[in-house]
Amino acid sequence: MSETTIPRPVPRPTPELAPFLDAARAGRLEVQRCTACGTLRFPPRELCSRCWSRDFRWTAVSGRGEVYSWYVMHQVYHPGFAADVPYVVVVVKLEEGPLMTSNLVECAHDRIRIGLPVEVVFAERDGVSLPRFRPGTHS
Amino acid sequence: MERRTAQAAITGLGITEQGKVFGPSAIGFAVEAVRLALDDAGLEAHELDGLLVNPGLTWGGSAQMGSFALQQAMGLRDLRLSAAMSLGGATAGAMVMQAVLAIEAGLADHVACVFSDAPLKPPRPQETDAQGSGSSGAYAFAGGLEAAYGAFGVNGLYALVAQRHMHRFGTTHDHLGAIAVAERAWAQHNPRAQFHGKTLSIEEYRASRWVAEPFHLLDCCLVSNGGLAVVVSRGDRSRNLRKPPVWIRGMGQGHPGGDPLETLASGAPIAAKSAFAMAGAELADVDFCELYDCYTFTVLVTLEDYGFCGKGEGGPFVADGRIGPGGSLPVNTGGGQLSSFYMWGMTPISEAVIQVRGEGGGRQVARHDLGLVSGNGGVLSTHTTLLLGRESR
Repeated sequence: MSETTIPRPVPRPTPELAPFLDAARAGRLEVQRCTACGTLRFPPRELCSRCWSRDFRWTAVSGRGEVYSWYVMHQVYHPGFAADVPYVVVVVKLEEGPLMTSNLVECAHDRIRIGLPVEVVFAERDGVSLPRFRPGTHS
Repeated sequence: MERRTAQAAITGLGITEQGKVFGPSAIGFAVEAVRLALDDAGLEAHELDGLLVNPGLTWGGSAQMGSFALQQAMGLRDLRLSAAMSLGGATAGAMVMQAVLAIEAGLADHVACVFSDAPLKPPRPQETDAQGSGSSGAYAFAGGLEAAYGAFGVNGLYALVAQRHMHRFGTTHDHLGAIAVAERAWAQHNPRAQFHGKTLSIEEYRASRWVAEPFHLLDCCLVSNGGLAVVVSRGDRSRNLRKPPVWIRGMGQGHPGGDPLETLASGAPIAAKSAFAMAGAELADVDFCELYDCYTFTVLVTLEDYGFCGKGEGGPFVADGRIGPGGSLPVNTGGGQLSSFYMWGMTPISEAVIQVRGEGGGRQVARHDLGLVSGNGGVLSTHTTLLLGRESR
């Protein structure tokens, strides 16, 4: 077997996702806000599922929230993650409301619980800066 | 309420060899399943005038017009009903419903409902890690941000819902394990089951490797190559075929929308309301259940949502062996998709047909007048209920 390393997938800067990735690179966590009814939404999508308006703008959120649910991934679905398992996938409920799938970092697995306060952290990996979450100091 | 006059019954059942079976393509398995179902019913191919298909993941470019692809593969002529349908694991129930509706409207007399798939590949010598290679690709269901976070697969999406159920209601790993153990016990009486001859204890369940914690490997359904078809026939054409008709007494769909992480619930309450009203039956009339079991957890939630126990009480409800062989509520009596074979929603339908007919052999339940069959697709996103019985409506 050769030592070739298969890279982890990185998100492509599609028109829908690029503003989110640009904001993350600048250290901001942003979600879409419907300019017709004010509803925040994530992940990015074409229109508001509440009022069906296509008008929105990206808006910064606090980056604070709590663990809404989580699992520990042990299965290697993509060879790029072979060295990473087991790792934690988390759904964070942001203070502002939307749910956001991400990774939980800087946290021992036995400390994880639903309701754990978390805060966003940006660190470059694979040439991309993506928001991840770590235990927070707020309550 | 006798507004329906035609009625309909399942008259034919075709189950191909299941599991690590290599050779036929997905369409090849579909053809074989329909052939077996026609033979089971004692029908000729030319008598079939409807074809509904749920293309599995490996139908590729043929999926979009899957029923036409199958028609051409079988050389069927002059069909009066044809469609490929996609509601995930709820498709099988929806196909049967569609067949009944068409029959009652006078649009068809004998409709085949078919699922097939061939996702398993023969082991290749150069692959040393079969587990890693087998699960990438088609079953990953992720792109963009999710893939970058390593949030692959339906396993994880259900694990998130299960985690919240455990947090909110105190559901435990052993509760989930009780479902895996019960279904495996049933599978010991099903010669077709992939886990026939392989018993399972709760200790072995606990020791099975994590996939997406809180799910062990044995919380997750099998992956199977194979095909499965049923023939749905007009009532008056059902009575003197080869096998006793299995009547569709009630049926319904329920698609709740919203986020299952917040609701922790399926569409069963919505679908059940239609189905039980149509059948003029109550939950207490149900003799056995064949519940869609992509995961142990799905069975637990489904039992709650039909009202066999209160919301959140699914764990204690299954903990005492109630759903296994000899229990008071037989559930997934062929081993289910956890322990027999995974033909999406066709697995539970097929086992209900076997039980209602009384063909269950060593796993035959004593009372089999009315069976409840559920289908479930997405992440508790789509749901179907069928009530199958020995007597017509």
